[in-house]
Amino acid sequence: MTGVANLWSYLSTTPLLWLTATILAYLAADAIARRLHNHPLANPVILSVLIIAPVLWVTKTEYATYFEGAQFIHFLLGPATIALALPLWDNRETIRTSVAPILLALVAGSVTAAGSAILLAQAFGLSTDVILSLAPKSTTAPVALGISEAVGGLPALTAVLVILTGIIGAVIVTPLMTVLRIKDWRARGFSVGLASHGIGTARAFQVNPTAGAYAGIAMALNALLTSLIVPVLVRWLI
Amino acid sequence: MLPTLGLLLACQLIGEVTVRGIGLSIPGPVLGLALLIVILRLRPALAGDLRPTISVILANLSLLFVPAGVGVIGNLDVLSEDWFALLVVLVLSTLLAMLASVGTFIAVRRLTEGPAK
Repeated sequence: MTGVANLWSYLSTTPLLWLTATILAYLAADAIARRLHNHPLANPVILSVLIIAPVLWVTKTEYATYFEGAQFIHFLLGPATIALALPLWDNRETIRTSVAPILLALVAGSVTAAGSAILLAQAFGLSTDVILSLAPKSTTAPVALGISEAVGGLPALTAVLVILTGIIGAVIVTPLMTVLRIKDWRARGFSVGLASHGIGTARAFQVNPTAGAYAGIAMALNALLTSLIVPVLVRWLI
Repeated sequence: MLPTLGLLLACQLIGEVTVRGIGLSIPGPVLGLALLIVILRLRPALAGDLRPTISVILANLSLLFVPAGVGVIGNLDVLSEDWFALLVVLVLSTLLAMLASVGTFIAVRRLTEGPAK
């Protein structure tokens, strides 16, 4: 028993355990998602979390301990954002021909994403600090946290709302576009990248490479525009 | 693989340093992305060298959100008693943002490119 206890006290202090667990959980989640033909509800992020969370709970592991291992994966979000330059480069010809739809859809989507969040939250009687935390929810996490802090929201709440928004968009985009009979991969990808940042972009790449490239464009442009418009919307609407 | 990772990290580093140095409100990695596009424009042949590693990264983009996703489970209490209203707001607002952007994209594309192919 002391051997097991010693082993556990070693494992629980090294990043190795939770780094390995995260990658194995993701591989299992990805295999399940593929077996279910990438069904929208079989989202690899949700499945991975559903595998890891009970393990942390049973082993009474704090999130901070888990993150010591998982941070190496989390860190790659930065390089992955830069990696989006390649699909953009590969699609430069089609992008050149769709500059007008991209820019106008960006403005319409960005204002709707932040504005509707503020107005709906007010209609539901949510408190001002919650509304301020909610406004940047459609942008990629590091940008959303920065915006939330700048306008006086609660960054911890924003982090949760951003991830939930990503998952919601990734789950509803395929059924929504099928119902609307929209077959243009550029439009489909752009809308999910705009509304649901990197998690939506990951979903778009899972479905179609052109959709993925346009989701990446939308995510990057929306990060820029939202950081400009949220402070303005907050002043107008709150 | 290593030269690609080195280039991605270097672009990120330059992006972060520039953003912090000048005090820009855009995120460092987004500036790094723009920088890599400029580099690809100057050296188009580089795209082929970057493709194998970048394809692996982008095909497994979901993995990178798992640590933050696990954090959500531990932080669900920040949603407090408002959780149901917040969830409804998130679903509706995400739906509206997608409808607004996809509708605008299709409408403008029809005006500028003619009827859908």
